[in-house]
Amino acid sequence: MIEFHLDGRSGVSPYLQLVRQVRHALRLGLLREGDQLPTVKEVVAALAINPNTVLKAYRELEHEGLVAARPGVGTFATATLADTSLAAHGPLRQELQRWLAKARRAGLDDESIEALFTTTFRTGAQADIA
Amino acid sequence: MIWLTWRQLRTGAVTVAAALAALAAVLALTGPGLAHDYSAAIAACTEPGGACSAVARFFDHNQMAWLAVTAVVLVVPALIGAFWGAPLVSRELEAGTHRLVWSQSVTRTRWLAVKLGVTGLLAMSAAGLCSLAVTWWAGSLDRSGNMARIEPLSFAARGIVPAAYALFAVALGATAGLLIRRPLPAMAVTLVLFAAAQIAMPILVRPHLLTPARSTVAMTEAEVTNFTFGPDHVLRVGASAAPRGAWLLSSHAVDPSGKRVNPITITAASGPCAAPGRPAPAAEGPPAATGPEGDPLVTGCLAELQRLGYRVESTYHPASRFWALQWFEAGTYTAAALGLAGVCFWRIRRVPS
Amino acid sequence: MTAVVRTEGLGKRYGRVWALSDCTLDIPAGRVVGLVGPNGAGKTTLLNLAVGMLTPTSGTIEVLGGRPGASPAQLAKVGYVAQSAPSYAGLSVEDHLQLGARLNPGWDDTLARGRIRRLGLDLSHRAGKLSGGQRAQLALTLGVAKRPELLILDEPVASLDPLARREFLQDLMEAVAEQGLSVVLSSHLVSDLERVCDYLIVLVASQVQVAGDIEDLMSTHHRLTGPRRDPARLPGDQRVISASHTDRQSTFLVRTDAPILDPSWNVGHVGLEDLVLAYMGHTTADPPAGPTERPKLEVQR
Repeated sequence: MIEFHLDGRSGVSPYLQLVRQVRHALRLGLLREGDQLPTVKEVVAALAINPNTVLKAYRELEHEGLVAARPGVGTFATATLADTSLAAHGPLRQELQRWLAKARRAGLDDESIEALFTTTFRTGAQADIA
Repeated sequence: MIWLTWRQLRTGAVTVAAALAALAAVLALTGPGLAHDYSAAIAACTEPGGACSAVARFFDHNQMAWLAVTAVVLVVPALIGAFWGAPLVSRELEAGTHRLVWSQSVTRTRWLAVKLGVTGLLAMSAAGLCSLAVTWWAGSLDRSGNMARIEPLSFAARGIVPAAYALFAVALGATAGLLIRRPLPAMAVTLVLFAAAQIAMPILVRPHLLTPARSTVAMTEAEVTNFTFGPDHVLRVGASAAPRGAWLLSSHAVDPSGKRVNPITITAASGPCAAPGRPAPAAEGPPAATGPEGDPLVTGCLAELQRLGYRVESTYHPASRFWALQWFEAGTYTAAALGLAGVCFWRIRRVPS
Repeated sequence: MTAVVRTEGLGKRYGRVWALSDCTLDIPAGRVVGLVGPNGAGKTTLLNLAVGMLTPTSGTIEVLGGRPGASPAQLAKVGYVAQSAPSYAGLSVEDHLQLGARLNPGWDDTLARGRIRRLGLDLSHRAGKLSGGQRAQLALTLGVAKRPELLILDEPVASLDPLARREFLQDLMEAVAEQGLSVVLSSHLVSDLERVCDYLIVLVASQVQVAGDIEDLMSTHHRLTGPRRDPARLPGDQRVISASHTDRQSTFLVRTDAPILDPSWNVGHVGLEDLVLAYMGHTTADPPAGPTERPKLEVQR
């Protein structure tokens, strides 16, 4: 059973944080197909948040096809993201490793590599919207 | 709701019960002995040639005890009113617990009704039992003393009226508490107002609960209260007749037409009431001026007053009216208690929180 | 969806002072409602009117379809935890549970005792000896175990330490999840409200400034920053809640249903705390500049 936590300062709304944490758990294999998610009651008792927030998060996950609610029993994971994450993107991974090696040979340290990646990623995302 | 009222009242009720039990024990232990002493004294007096000194001394001998038990019965309703009645509502308002209990599924009216009802009944029982026990214990003393049972001091401490006083005191306390909203000032106000009511009752109300009896008797030496020779050679005579065991409301001399004369004045310069040889500016006449039995001046003067038609009129409630007055007074106090309860019910709906 | 609390022009006056005036609300069921405002704004008055502790001076209030405090059935539907969680100091925890059981027809004894056990409260302890947090939890137990449809709490966590506060809110939310309760709670700590509430009412100077679903409010309030501008020159469908200016720049907090089309504005998100603060600073003295006075912005293609 996974455990949720909330970061009040992150600027991300609570229900989205819950959704991301479920996706993350699915990706890492902490949550496998058929595992039960914590009940709404358990989540609110641990986090002191509004039950509607949890319901909304679970509905969103259901909408994405990641979980299914069984009335009277609970909410269960119906898929994993583990398969689609790392193994399926082998070629992309290799390319990334080659680029990282190149960046290191060019003399960039870890922080600079991260900054370069982040700014390029963000401007790229904005360009998609505009 | 009854459970809650009892639970809140429990400590106070247990204390009162313990005190009453102690009182009952003392009365039970001494009562039979007291009755026995009295009947022995009566027996000694009624047999031919017996001495009646024991009877005469009986009350004085036990006066302290009589005062003590009478005081207890007088004080019990006042204390109950202050300690049970005043905090009834005010303690809840002060502590804020009314916000807890009025949001349970019970309306304010029902809450107040049960609280007043249960507390009132317990108060009546406590005061009533106390009073009846003392009435039984003090029976012989009441008969033998100078204070008749129907007279105000005794009347309020015997029979059933203390129960009605207690009910009234609780209602008074509850009303004071509801209006003042703090227990301690409410207790003080309750005690003061209750005392005022107890003082006012025998003066203003009780005499009129039943029509008083009136009687006119001849004026003998026993009725003369004042026999004074003034400097202007005028004799002033005052009189009062108190039927045995009655509650005397007023008594005075009346002239032949029935008009009140207080004091009777008759010339002392001459005639049967003349006082030869007595110094002119005589001192005020204390009761001793009625003179020892057989003083020829007094006897002659009184005979003259009787011939002139002066008599003594008394307004009183006879001893036989004791229980009738008890019921009427109990009814009056109960009605007052219900009136105060009505005020409480009206006012409780308007309490801002 | 039925409304749990419906008020129309509700007002309460003490002497010559109006503690609450012209309050019109329609609170839907199934929400956790946060009532925020400065001290003396009228929060306690509104809650007391909803519970039936007070009667209105003007206007009407309807709770769960009935008049507050009118009958035992009505009282059974509404649970109440007053400010500072009053309890009978001389009665034990067990006595309080008995009180609840005997005075409430809908009392759930298993639930009550289960909660008390989980909280670790000793049944024989007198309520006067409990800590503030424990008293608040006892009061919450009494409110929840009578199985009401609506639970009203007046500043329930104001005087509690952070741990007690968190535990109280955890338990409250658990009860909401379990029983489908509607809750109205007042507070002046916005951070607690953010986690727990999904409906907000801001009460300032005895009047309701804003009321609505928090999600709704978040999506209709925006912070506009840009070159200095007179608020009267903003489009008519944007209601200015607060404004601040420097010599070159203006910042507005506006409420609008329509999208912001003016490209000179930098549009930002408003946090709940900032929103509440803006309304608390916004008095009725600020001219609202009705929609008819300012032209609406139109898109021309």
